[in-house]
Amino acid sequence: MSEAFCVTVEVSLREGIADPEGLTIERALPALGFNGVSDVRVGKRLCFRVHAVGEAEAHRQVEAMCERFLANPVIEEVGISLRPAT
Amino acid sequence: MTAKVGVVVFPGSNCEQDVIEAVETVGGSGRLLWHKDHCLGDVDAVVLPGGFAHGDYLRAGAMARFSPIMDSVADFARQGGPVVGICNGFQILAEAQLLPGALYKNRGLRFLCQSETLRVESVNSVLTRGLSPGDELCIPINHFEGNYICSEETLVALRDKGQIVLTYRDNPNGATADIAGICNENGNVVGLMPHPERAAHPLLGSTDGALLLKVLLSDG
Repeated sequence: MSEAFCVTVEVSLREGIADPEGLTIERALPALGFNGVSDVRVGKRLCFRVHAVGEAEAHRQVEAMCERFLANPVIEEVGISLRPAT
Repeated sequence: MTAKVGVVVFPGSNCEQDVIEAVETVGGSGRLLWHKDHCLGDVDAVVLPGGFAHGDYLRAGAMARFSPIMDSVADFARQGGPVVGICNGFQILAEAQLLPGALYKNRGLRFLCQSETLRVESVNSVLTRGLSPGDELCIPINHFEGNYICSEETLVALRDKGQIVLTYRDNPNGATADIAGICNENGNVVGLMPHPERAAHPLLGSTDGALLLKVLLSDG
């Protein structure tokens, strides 16, 4: 029996890849009085549902879609979180 | 015989007519191919033009890579057919893994639309055969995501195998090793951010792009 899972995929730039958006935000913060902020990185979040038999299978599917499509492994890495849909 | 160049149109491409015009200016014939086509016909070379294929959704080139015609483009490339990706076309070739690396946002987060002086590096490609290393070309760029990124390992391989085709004299976008264009190991697949079709007539201020297109036609 397949179940539904709520999936969140966070795509961020790999370590070591310059993030010009993050840098611009970091430079803007002190002007607003927020000092002491460093290492700002900008990414994106994808949320969707997956129907699969069991959590392991759902996870496997999401990993495969990240690898082929949702992220570009040359510059990006992903964090996957998954929970049964209520 | 006149070389036929197939120019692939994706939803959101916007430089296809310019490429056709430029190809015809230098003596070839151009033909538009729709991204949903499954075959390329009897073309001698394929160009993926600039623009915003599929709206650049997700990442530039990420969706276009799965357009039906891309299987034929990949087969054509594997058989040694000349394939050139210009700007968004370069991004598509990188996403399709027909070329290594990726194109990311420009260093200064600015959309850049300006002429650049390019240096010919490798002459082992379908765009530069017959030119000389060190030749300088004046060709415009027009992009937001032209910052070429690759791993250290890939960069070493590109250098060792003569796959760096063009570099910027004054790096405008932060590209690794000033890279403006690369090719695959065989030299038949080339991706470049500058637009040779926009430098193919004296009225446009430069005809240096026509030099590259002429090489493509003679190769095709």
